[in-house]
Amino acid sequence: MSREAILKKFEPSLDNILYILHELQDNNTQHYISKEDLKACAEYLNLPYSYVHGVATFYTMFSLKPRGQHIIRLCDSPPCHLMGSASLLDYLKKKLNIEIGETTTDSVFTLELSSCLGVCGVAPAMMINDEMFGNLTPEKVDAILEERRKSR
Amino acid sequence: MNMVRSHVLISIDAGTIMAGARAVEEALVKEIASQGLAEEIAVLETGSIGITGRGVVVVVYPEGIYYAGVTPNDVPELVEEHLLKGRPLKRLMLAEAPKRYVIKREKTGLLKEQPRVVLRNSGIINPESIDEYIAAQGYEAIAKALTSMTPEEVISEVKSSGLSGRGGASFPTGLKWEFARKAPDPEKYIICNADEGEPGTFKDRLILEGDPHKLIEGMLIAGYAVGAQKGFVYIRGEYTLSTERMEKAITEAKAYGLLGAHILDSDFSFDIFIMKGAGAYVCGEETALIESLEGRRGHPRNKPPYPVTEGLWGKPTIVNNVETLANIPEIIKNGATWFKAYGTEKCPGTKVYTILGHVATPGLIETEMGTTLRDIIYEYGGGIKEGKKFKGALVGGAAGAFLGPDMLDVQMDFVNLKEYAAVLGSGAILVMNEDASIVEMLKSVLHFFKHESCGHCVPCRLGTAQLVEIVDRLAAHEGKKEDLDKLLKISKVMRDTSFCPLGQSLYLPISSALKYFKDEILSHVKQAAS
Repeated sequence: MSREAILKKFEPSLDNILYILHELQDNNTQHYISKEDLKACAEYLNLPYSYVHGVATFYTMFSLKPRGQHIIRLCDSPPCHLMGSASLLDYLKKKLNIEIGETTTDSVFTLELSSCLGVCGVAPAMMINDEMFGNLTPEKVDAILEERRKSR
Repeated sequence: MNMVRSHVLISIDAGTIMAGARAVEEALVKEIASQGLAEEIAVLETGSIGITGRGVVVVVYPEGIYYAGVTPNDVPELVEEHLLKGRPLKRLMLAEAPKRYVIKREKTGLLKEQPRVVLRNSGIINPESIDEYIAAQGYEAIAKALTSMTPEEVISEVKSSGLSGRGGASFPTGLKWEFARKAPDPEKYIICNADEGEPGTFKDRLILEGDPHKLIEGMLIAGYAVGAQKGFVYIRGEYTLSTERMEKAITEAKAYGLLGAHILDSDFSFDIFIMKGAGAYVCGEETALIESLEGRRGHPRNKPPYPVTEGLWGKPTIVNNVETLANIPEIIKNGATWFKAYGTEKCPGTKVYTILGHVATPGLIETEMGTTLRDIIYEYGGGIKEGKKFKGALVGGAAGAFLGPDMLDVQMDFVNLKEYAAVLGSGAILVMNEDASIVEMLKSVLHFFKHESCGHCVPCRLGTAQLVEIVDRLAAHEGKKEDLDKLLKISKVMRDTSFCPLGQSLYLPISSALKYFKDEILSHVKQAAS
């Protein structure tokens, strides 16, 4: 969908800003909100660019940097921490050879931390794009990443 | 209507979808058809049954037999043995017939009943069918309110029920409604706070996924009582299935004339809109949530004025938690006296808890207010996993308090816990066994707050950063002797001077950890080289 078509879906009123930003990001193949997106949103809502930038950077689900095809969001809240998410984070960093917030050189994976995903019964857990994974172990992570790499 | 001899309920929620519930459902339907049983056995989708971490959960009625960890490969055997030959498949049956899943209708002498008010329909009806909700006495309460009660009578019923806010703050719901009712502005709003972000809490998600119409009905009653015309459900951005189910429920309710203009031919008109969050813990605070709904950064507002007089777009606004609203239809339908039979005198009703961490059966339960921590952990949570010892629990989420073994027999409700300088909060109970490290847990809690601090006020922005620095030092066994006092002092200043509850709430986990586990934390102080 084109940027204009997305904007047109919504009334140009301030309370639609999160909806618009969500859609712009979801429609971007690199899963982020570009400068052009922010500009278009600001013009459409008749707001200063800085305002839209301010809103977009406040919420953790929005990224202003291009991201990989698969966004890994490892839950780092206390329940997952208790069940071993810290060692999984080290494992993921080492395996993907990236730090938190970075994307692999082949643009396949981006590693992020997430606050509670609400699936604490299967801690430690992570989300890749829209899908949840729980009861994670290094072996399970290996299998999931392998499958994702193939499915690209 | 076609009569079936067995119902196979399959729980479709975020947790079971993860474990492959859709594939199992497909396999069940296919296998049942190929055995020629399609006419007599119905496969039904339902919300969470309350069992988590056990894979795909299937229940067969009328026997009420629970199967867990079902995979598509198990389906042919399950269908052949249980549904064709009538022999329950022991291999997959949930070994410990879980007490928490027993509802009154299935009463079986030996098992303890779980009083269900909020989760009455969850895991029983199909959440994507308004007909099933109506068949389970759904929308009776709004009909009763519209046809036989004045708005004032509705408010007085909620007030006398003693229901208080289930999001954690425990403010009397009826009183909140009365304030908004009395506000002179004719334009008013109802907001359902479904921005569930407290670590370890997923009760609201399971209500949204399992019984969305109940929430609509609760909002309708709230709207009628305070005189609002519009409602908003602010759902966490990550809760995809909740958003879908809620959207579907709203569409169905509209088609049935239960939302929109002149509901049930009355003068009352009400519409509900969904707002999707975008990842900000602080938006669980009601004024930050309102800011976010209006299209701003989710910074909390100065209070007063409170939302009941000046909320969304400056209009009187009620912000209620999902669980609070889910109580409303039952209260109106059955009356305040019925409701007060549950729970304690000062804190009537039930509470939905999430039991997590080192327990044998983590998951979701609903039990009466006043149940002890011991009962929750050992009766409902199955005790500590692998026979280990109980060390402590973090009760109420990250903004909650650590409780040691001597708190096991304290009655849990909003009022009573306050006397022990603890909180019930969102109802998350994170259980730690003897091997867990308190410093590591505290570190996780403080890092969480540092990440979620919105930066609006100085005490919280700088305080969280300093606390993280100290706890990291302790975790690395590099702590200084004065660090313990510093933790307490900084968090105390934050409690007294932070702008919103986020910064104010760190004192609780820190002071309680120091109260019950001081020696352990002290052991992380670096010993001076002698």
